[in-house]
Amino acid sequence: MNTDNRRLDLVLAAGLFALIALPWYRVRQGFFSFEWLESYAQTAKHWPGLFQALDGRWQLWPVLVLMLAAFWLRFGRRPGARGSHLIAVGVAGLLWLMIESLSIGLRGWNWGVLTAAFGNIEGQQAFGAGAIVLGVVFSLLIAFGAAERGALKGDAFVLGAITLLVLLVAVFVFYPLISMFAGAFQDFDGSFTTVGVRNNIFDPKIWSLACLVGGNCGVAWRTFFLALCTATGTTVLGLVFALVVTRTRFRFKKSLRLLTVLPIITPPFVVGLALTMLLGRAGTVTQWIEMATGYELGRWLYGLTGIWLAQMLSFTPISFLVLIGVVEGVSPSMEEASQTLRSDRWRTFRKVSLPLMAPGLANAFLIGFIESMADFGNPLVLGGSGGVLSTEIFFAVVGAQNDPARATVLACVLLFFTLSAFLAQRFWLSGKNYATVTGKGDGGRHALLPRRVAWPVITIATAWAAFTITVYAMILFGGFVKVWGLDHSLTFDHYVRAFGVSITDGWHWTGVAWDSFWTTMGIALGAAPLTAAVGLLTAWLIVRQRFPGRGVFEFALMMSFAIPGTVIGISYIIAFNLPPLQMTGTAAILIACFVFRNMPVGVRGGVAAMAQLDGSLDEASLMLGAGSGRTMRKIILPLMRPAILAALVYSFVRAITSISAVIFLVSAKYNMATAYIVGLVENGEYGIAIAYSSVLILVMITVIGGFQLLVGERRIGRRELKQKTRAEAATQEVNA
Amino acid sequence: MTQTRGAVEFRNVQKRFGQFTAIPDLSMTIQPGELVTLLGPSGCGKTTTLRMLAGLESPTQGQILLGGQDVTRLPADRRDVAMVFQSYALFPHMSVIQNVAYGLEASGLKPGPARERAEKTLSLVGLDGLAERLPAELSGGQQQRVAVARALVLEPQVLLLDEPLSNLDARLRRKVRTEIRDLQQRLGFTAVYVTHDQEEALAVSDRIVVMKDGVVAQMGSPRDLYEAPESEFIADFIGEANIISGRILSVGGAEARVDIGGSVITLPARGLGEGPARLAMRSNAARVRNDGPGVTGTVASSAYLGDHVEYEIDGALGRIFVVDDESDSPLPVGAPVTLELRPRGLALIPEAQ
Repeated sequence: MNTDNRRLDLVLAAGLFALIALPWYRVRQGFFSFEWLESYAQTAKHWPGLFQALDGRWQLWPVLVLMLAAFWLRFGRRPGARGSHLIAVGVAGLLWLMIESLSIGLRGWNWGVLTAAFGNIEGQQAFGAGAIVLGVVFSLLIAFGAAERGALKGDAFVLGAITLLVLLVAVFVFYPLISMFAGAFQDFDGSFTTVGVRNNIFDPKIWSLACLVGGNCGVAWRTFFLALCTATGTTVLGLVFALVVTRTRFRFKKSLRLLTVLPIITPPFVVGLALTMLLGRAGTVTQWIEMATGYELGRWLYGLTGIWLAQMLSFTPISFLVLIGVVEGVSPSMEEASQTLRSDRWRTFRKVSLPLMAPGLANAFLIGFIESMADFGNPLVLGGSGGVLSTEIFFAVVGAQNDPARATVLACVLLFFTLSAFLAQRFWLSGKNYATVTGKGDGGRHALLPRRVAWPVITIATAWAAFTITVYAMILFGGFVKVWGLDHSLTFDHYVRAFGVSITDGWHWTGVAWDSFWTTMGIALGAAPLTAAVGLLTAWLIVRQRFPGRGVFEFALMMSFAIPGTVIGISYIIAFNLPPLQMTGTAAILIACFVFRNMPVGVRGGVAAMAQLDGSLDEASLMLGAGSGRTMRKIILPLMRPAILAALVYSFVRAITSISAVIFLVSAKYNMATAYIVGLVENGEYGIAIAYSSVLILVMITVIGGFQLLVGERRIGRRELKQKTRAEAATQEVNA
Repeated sequence: MTQTRGAVEFRNVQKRFGQFTAIPDLSMTIQPGELVTLLGPSGCGKTTTLRMLAGLESPTQGQILLGGQDVTRLPADRRDVAMVFQSYALFPHMSVIQNVAYGLEASGLKPGPARERAEKTLSLVGLDGLAERLPAELSGGQQQRVAVARALVLEPQVLLLDEPLSNLDARLRRKVRTEIRDLQQRLGFTAVYVTHDQEEALAVSDRIVVMKDGVVAQMGSPRDLYEAPESEFIADFIGEANIISGRILSVGGAEARVDIGGSVITLPARGLGEGPARLAMRSNAARVRNDGPGVTGTVASSAYLGDHVEYEIDGALGRIFVVDDESDSPLPVGAPVTLELRPRGLALIPEAQ
């Protein structure tokens, strides 16, 4: 009973401190610069909540009352008797914070209805440190109240973790999406209107099917068609690679596996960039062909064909990775059984192996579909005049048209496609997997491919691998060439301009890239531990705890992976541009974006690693008197170190390569490398862009390599090794 | 040809996996209509032998003959054998009848007749009415029978069974192994059966081949192996014998007089001469008495099991495991006893070790 009071004291003290000492509203210069301390007392807008309330902001009075109630419960009631009241106080507090902050904006009431009913009111700023701490305090009151009532065996740590995670996901995943939907129906002055939506939703530019009769189709159909082509192509090629690696005696099959690392370390538009250098108007191959044949090739690369080619290059490795698991998952004894039943390799392949792989192939197809839909980098570079949904969204916001309603409608269409694919993957395919049916031990080896399949398959794989290598060689080589296509003399100019340093009178980072480079590193480093922490904590809750709504919780988290980055980007600027949570232009919004975009990866990796740890370990620790928090710290975390490292590296790398959401959120002060490179490409400065991309790729190879070495040294027992690889496999699979 | 249909011969077969030699040199023959069990601890090469016969592995050296014909280089799908897998390996995306008809259609039968024959075989193994189910909708025992039916429907020269009972529970195991033996006797096909369970092997086999480290340790009928083990390994592996020391006092014809801890017993000599010898002693080879003539010792532990009592006895023969059928008055730990030896459960082991 004593611990009940102790943790309550801590939380109440924090709440009290926030209320009387921390600025309630957002400090424009940034809270952590602490400049506000200098003019604390004089500047009313920096005052903490208590004084704001006394100053006549009556919307804060309920907060004070609720805090008083909480104190009364702490000192006036016994722990056993106050649980439901604590919950009530917490819920009321959160609700009130939400209501008052959404109703009163910078210039008074947000809605005309309220002005009419209550008269004018002074506007208020976005939430500051004080308000945010109180929000956390109220959520913890709910958790502690529930713990005192005996929910989840009275485990306050678990309840607290769940409450805070739900709060975070609500704020950073669902609130932006809802804001985006709401934003579509708002006028410039905030009143309700359907004009924008109506104009856009029936826009023939989106939905026209004219291409069936020879015209141009709408952007939605074009994107859909592209996604179908990419998904088909990557699935076929991925299967070809997977078969070569697992079912043939091809000599270089080990090196083929290295291909799977490429999409992880490649910023998405880089492939498009390399393709222009090869096949664009001034591209090397184009020039060869034109010289040899005298035939004008023109701009065929810019448009769906080029995007398709770039996506094939970018996403085939992902499908390869998924399908290796599928192909290896077919039990060898199935194939052997078929052979002993008078069927040769070809019949075995057709009648047994392929049908057993079918669900896995469908899965790879859907993954390719989602990836293609969400792809932003390649269409941006290669789209030319005919873009796809993700780029159209971008241009609807940043371009001359500045039409948020259009962006929102397009985002909804995109979201509809990707979510449908995700739901299909989740519900239709789940339970159709034959790969894990047996599980019972039997040896056996996979049958080799029939000869008539093996040769074409090896040929295709080799050709495509050669193409991929050429493209990547182009990226590394292109940075050393003066002007691609015109002047092929070698030079270090691009590297000097991008990464030059001057050592006359002190050390100066004179290169143009340094600024965004350091920002990127800093933000990626900041986001990585948060992503890993949130992801693994969630994984632990999902695997080890049984709480109501667990399935929904997990589903909502995984669903956020199917939200395209462009949609996230646009919803973030709509949601976090105005109070109550104003974050645009800060580093925090970038970090929040990375954490919640990459978290599902950490979750899956954590779930995979956790499934390897016997649940009785936790229980043993609990039986020995350690609480959940201590068990997590002392038992789970040390055992999951490889998974944690994998999550850290993965989120770091993803933060560096990501572009789709980031491009909406960067600011002059916090510019990210990818956004900067895209800017360079748009200005036609290919040399520097390529040089910068190469450097990024090298940095990531170094990081991943270093991580492998680090983990490699820790390989003590076989079991641990297995855990590591499983966790990695899971992470990579999710990357797909 | 009819004479040799179902006959199997291994001629100096060797199998290496890279550097590792799984089977150094194996030669054996199996008669038509015989059920032969390959028995041995895990890693002894029994499954590799079976898979070579199936055509799933090819021997590094040597020849395999099936029905008098050399099949060494023939791939699995062209050999006249069929196999029941340990995991059953039923195709999960096909119904029971499709599974059973699969091999028939592969050998060129039209779907109609294939289905008819498949149905006949299904009723042979007692699975009428389940034809349209998917394998996942069947119990373990039913799946096992589908696997047997799928193999039998091809009327192969030899049926191969790879630990067919290991995924069943103990009760079902006894029932199914009787069924398999019945079916084999009734239809008269040759069967090669791999198991690591000696009781299973004793129960179903015409002949047992015990393997150890890729070498045939002993081959013979269940009675041969049990009553006349040729090595300590066989004695211990088949029916858990006590291995004890004795001394052969004299040999007369095929008989030997053996001194075991002071008692003298007459046993088959098995080609041994006078001098020290090793013996296999079954747990029922001695009666436990309070006093009287015999080998003396004390009770180290005793376990009352209803219809019999199990003792461990310390004495002149070392620690010995004995079963006493008279469970009326079990002896306490520490009680002095004498063991009255009987020739029935005793055998000299010829192998010098």
